[in-house]
Amino acid sequence: MRLEYFQMIDRITLLDPDARLARADCQVPDESPVFEGHFPGHPLLPGVLMIETMAQIGGWLVLATLRFTAMPFLVQVKEAKMRTFVVPGQKLEAEARLVHDGSGYAVVEASIVSQGKKAAEAEIRYRVVPFPNETLRTTMLETARRIGVPEEFFHAA
Amino acid sequence: MASTFETVAGIIADTSDIGRDTITPDSHAINDLGIDSLDFLDVAFAIDKAFGIKMPLEQWTAEVNDGKVSSDEYFVIKNLCANIDKLVAAKAA
Repeated sequence: MRLEYFQMIDRITLLDPDARLARADCQVPDESPVFEGHFPGHPLLPGVLMIETMAQIGGWLVLATLRFTAMPFLVQVKEAKMRTFVVPGQKLEAEARLVHDGSGYAVVEASIVSQGKKAAEAEIRYRVVPFPNETLRTTMLETARRIGVPEEFFHAA
Repeated sequence: MASTFETVAGIIADTSDIGRDTITPDSHAINDLGIDSLDFLDVAFAIDKAFGIKMPLEQWTAEVNDGKVSSDEYFVIKNLCANIDKLVAAKAA
């Protein structure tokens, strides 16, 4: 994870649109400017970044389901719970399950697990719209390759 | 079993903080009830779940934006219910 660049997902470990499921590894860095303010002397991964992590794993699942034909943008977070503190150096597993692939929107249930315990969970909703420009689509594909999204999901089946 | 209108009106009242009594078959979801696009996402999700369908909102919105049909066609509640009934029937066929 590179928190200050919003790179929350290190490696996709499971991406199965047919099963509507995705998982990823996320290694919380030992050091980050984020921890200087959150909190001095007691560094914790901010809850908003846990939500962002869950939004991103769900987003990759939606992107793979749609074969990168449209972009999911976060619009709603429901029933978010941050169950445990997450500290520098902690290894996390993010998981998302696609609940509904609507027309122009999508809904996932996502969670973060660490050391066998659920650290966070939320229902996350996206508005799904055409990519606003080619720059974003190209960058998303580059990021997808970097984190291990299989090439088979980059184009229509 | 509740009618399509009763189910839809209940969903709108529950998700959009709109009094159930103010929702009539002739209400326009946007112009009369003031449901904004984010609240309509809640309504759409609840309708999709309740009826086991996928309302083609992108297609409907495109038709309205292109001037092919009036927004009344899809967003007046009685017309929305008729379109839901068609989708349910098509799914069952």
